[in-house]
Amino acid sequence: MTGADRVRRWFLGVWSAFALAFLFLPVFIIILFSFNDNQGRFNFTWQGFTLAHWKDPFQNPDLARALSTSLEVALIATGISVLLGTLLAIALVRYRFRGRGAADFFVFLPMATPEVVLGASLLALFLVLNVNTGFKTIVIAHAAFCVSYVVVTVKARLEGMDPHIEEAARDLGAGTWATFFRVTLPMIAPGVVAAAVLAAALSIDDYVVTSFNAGQTQTFPLFIFGATRQGVPPEVNVLATMLLLTVLILMGVNVLAQKVAARRASAREEDAAPPDVGDVAEATPVVGAAGR
Amino acid sequence: MRQRSAAWLFAGPGLLWLLIFFAIPLVNQASVSLMSGDPEAGYTLTWAFSTYTDAISAYKPQFLRSFGYAGAATLIDLIIAFPLAYFIVFKAGRWRAFMLLLVVLPFFTSQVLRTVSWQLILSDSGFVVDRLKDIGLVASDGRVLATRTAVIAGIAYNFLPFMVLPLYVSLDKLDPRLVEAATDLYCSRVAAFRKVTLPLAIPGIFAGSLLCFIPACGDFINAALLGTSRQYMIGNVVQSKYLNVLDYPSAAALSFILMTLILVGIAIYGRLLGTKNLTEVAA
Repeated sequence: MTGADRVRRWFLGVWSAFALAFLFLPVFIIILFSFNDNQGRFNFTWQGFTLAHWKDPFQNPDLARALSTSLEVALIATGISVLLGTLLAIALVRYRFRGRGAADFFVFLPMATPEVVLGASLLALFLVLNVNTGFKTIVIAHAAFCVSYVVVTVKARLEGMDPHIEEAARDLGAGTWATFFRVTLPMIAPGVVAAAVLAAALSIDDYVVTSFNAGQTQTFPLFIFGATRQGVPPEVNVLATMLLLTVLILMGVNVLAQKVAARRASAREEDAAPPDVGDVAEATPVVGAAGR
Repeated sequence: MRQRSAAWLFAGPGLLWLLIFFAIPLVNQASVSLMSGDPEAGYTLTWAFSTYTDAISAYKPQFLRSFGYAGAATLIDLIIAFPLAYFIVFKAGRWRAFMLLLVVLPFFTSQVLRTVSWQLILSDSGFVVDRLKDIGLVASDGRVLATRTAVIAGIAYNFLPFMVLPLYVSLDKLDPRLVEAATDLYCSRVAAFRKVTLPLAIPGIFAGSLLCFIPACGDFINAALLGTSRQYMIGNVVQSKYLNVLDYPSAAALSFILMTLILVGIAIYGRLLGTKNLTEVAA
């Protein structure tokens, strides 16, 4: 290794560390200020350590209601988008049909559309149809933009899978549904779980699309945005930290489940490849969860 | 035959859902943009194309700002993300998956709350701004919050992973033996980077730029929380016209113009590099 190489390596390392620090700085602040003993409404200056907010994070009834609305919306929207998206991904990867390329592009388009356009155009539809915006329209809007993310996540898993296994099942007399439930679905399960975590995270975090279609209903992000003028209560920081921990735990469980399944499989057949670090990446919904 | 019907059985419901709640709203929005009337009496379709010319001339600064801010933020992201993605692919070794996880992890906390967090970090007498004053990057009576700098920084922060992930994908596909071959053939390290690595990373750079630039153009959270009305972008106008002013036709027109400009961008991209590339990288 020459001196120039060492300098380059050092520079890359330091640069990467700074980039990651930049990404984590606001998260660190959020977690830190969940322990702030703030005086008055604003939670902007550090005034001492307290566990008070962690002991009773649901003391603000509006906040508690907003969070439970967000969780309900996420649950239903995730259910709808995972169901529709998984089936769609299977069709796109496993079947050759006319218009498949066009369908592929059509599924990709919502991800390339600015959120403000997605939200605004849905609101325009609801206005023309005289639908009152509220809980139901939030669910529809979320399930609409989540489908594409589910499709790309499940597709990535399917593309790494050997199609001959499904062919074998069909050759051995399994019908379309039997093949689906007993072969395809168990094999793509980690991808489906990752897609569900991603869809739920996108739904819980969405502000832009929701702001157009919420009517009088408050979700967690809408509550935070509304609170910025009077000061965001530290309980919000506590709940956001708890949500992050939940996602981490879910990801960890997904990775572990995959490892256990792989170990079992390799115990069954000697030559099966051992799990590698790639699993972690695959089980993690790495599709741009940012800002959506 | 049975194969084809099964394909539609799987694809049908999802495509129908996207047709009703994605494609039809876009078409409907185009028709709303051509209506005229007022909030009380309601709006009727009159093919009022003048809404478009009026909207463009009235909101030209916001449009220019949207593209300017989004472009600046995309460039900043490229500069931050390229060395990071390069490090993850070629130097991180067994920490690779972990570092990738770190890149996406912040985005599982509320976006609005992270932006509020930037308010705190950049606040007038805060630690960061005081240090910037010490080294003279900010004038002693100057501020960062509620300026263009804060808005662009906020946008760059928000869409950074959109840049890192496509770059990671394209660098990951690069066969390191190609770089080895170049240096074996007496190419300097720098020249090998310029002539081998960089050209092969072009699809990632393009995809990342597009995935950053498009949502950044429509963003309004950063301008609303880190800026003032003097930094408002087209997204802020669309939102307030829909929700506060109830001027649906011009809001629809503005949103339609934004969508059209972006579709043109995607079409140009598709011509240059193929859409397969973009859909692939998005995964």
